[in-house]
Amino acid sequence: MQRYSFSSLLRHTLEGHRGWQPAWQKAEPKDRYDVVVVGAGGHGLATAYYLAKEHGIRNVAVLEKGWLGGGNTGRNTTIIRSNYLYDESAALYDHAVQLWEGLSQELNYNVMFSQRGVMMLAHSEHDSKVAKRHVHANRLNGVDNEWLEPKEAKAFCPPLNIDPAIRYPVVGAALQRRGGTARHDAVAWGYARAASALGVDIVEQCAVEGMELAGDRVVAVRTSKGRIACDRVAVVTAGHTSHVMAMAGLRMPLESVPLQALVSEPVKPIFPCVVMSNTVHAYISQSDKGELVIGAGTDQYVSYSQRGGFPVIEHTLEAIVELFPIFSRMRMLRTWGGIVDVTPDRSPIIGRTPVRGLYVNAGWGTGGFKATPGSGHVFAHTVAHDDPHPIAAPFALERFTTGRLIDEAAAAAVAH
Amino acid sequence: MLLIHCPWCGERPESEFRSGGEAHIRRPDPANAGDAAWADYLYYRTNPKGAHVERWVHTQGCGRWFNAERDTVSDQFQRVYRMDEPR
Repeated sequence: MQRYSFSSLLRHTLEGHRGWQPAWQKAEPKDRYDVVVVGAGGHGLATAYYLAKEHGIRNVAVLEKGWLGGGNTGRNTTIIRSNYLYDESAALYDHAVQLWEGLSQELNYNVMFSQRGVMMLAHSEHDSKVAKRHVHANRLNGVDNEWLEPKEAKAFCPPLNIDPAIRYPVVGAALQRRGGTARHDAVAWGYARAASALGVDIVEQCAVEGMELAGDRVVAVRTSKGRIACDRVAVVTAGHTSHVMAMAGLRMPLESVPLQALVSEPVKPIFPCVVMSNTVHAYISQSDKGELVIGAGTDQYVSYSQRGGFPVIEHTLEAIVELFPIFSRMRMLRTWGGIVDVTPDRSPIIGRTPVRGLYVNAGWGTGGFKATPGSGHVFAHTVAHDDPHPIAAPFALERFTTGRLIDEAAAAAVAH
Repeated sequence: MLLIHCPWCGERPESEFRSGGEAHIRRPDPANAGDAAWADYLYYRTNPKGAHVERWVHTQGCGRWFNAERDTVSDQFQRVYRMDEPR
């Protein structure tokens, strides 16, 4: 792997940029691997990277039916935060934020992690009580979060409309200063490059079409590029998890729905942070290219169509225009959808399955990007040791049978 | 926006309806069901990539429930039928 640095940039510039090598090697699948990771999104690639780096398991393939990072990794709104209510969630998501803080150095790849602050708006007495409860719960867990009065929120985000006469006035906000954004594609590319350098095979255009079991153990996957024998299979396929797990005869506590996002035409820097409103369903930030990046909601029905209904976009833009009237005449350039797998308690599933050697990391729903490094890190441990990482243990599939849910759905009162 | 055929009102826009999720899920017998049966009833779903049977309610219209079969890849409705009709 070529190391990237200022001196390498200078050297390649003087050589006319003819000496750059591909960031990662394209591979054709071998007959056999120790671990097959299904899905080359951020979570899958991070899993492969940490398997190779921290657990010495380098005979690993990452199989991707499309192109690298082309699923939800390339479709999300790149928001990173860890201000979740419950202890288990705070531990998981803050583990990710701590990894984000050193990720560009770790991967020697600029993932453009920007801790510009994530501000979550409150619009009513009820909202403010819920938000303050989050602030206190977070601080008890060592996760930074603070309450802002409307004028302080306006000072932090000048385009915000704090007029008390609007339909959903801003009565305050919870601000996590360590939250922010990262460049989503760079996260996939950075992990792919670092994993490839450690010997991981990344195989694109290779759809998994079946799984072979011997008794209660998985022994191979059947793919569009042939049969691949393996000791362990790690499924990290987001919206397609139910579809893939059905190949091993398993049902999942998941439903897949389209989640939409959209971007505006690019403009000069105007929006210095991330603002979210769960109550009116608006998520907005500005990319480094200058586009406003807006997150909308999910459709209400199961769908794998990778596009959502217009009423969802309309609903979100109504809220954006009321909260930020300055954007009312901006033109939107693109809208798109990704398929997200939602669990009943809106917390992910990380761990073993009833089939031995088969592991699943799924159910991140509408908010998986923020967890990418932490998710891969604890999942790699779980796969390598056939034993859950302590942070991942509460997120095991068994919780839907024992009833010990981690109910972040009720905690945030939103499909987030 | 989906155009949904309500068995009583005819074709109406999706925004008049609420989805009720997967259809034909049977409540287990409380006298005999174990934890796994309750988990399956409460939380596990078929979530197919393809034909899906589901419930809808025409909230902004007649207020009545009905079942439908829809392809989850194309979002095309294949069939709409009443709650008391077999799958």
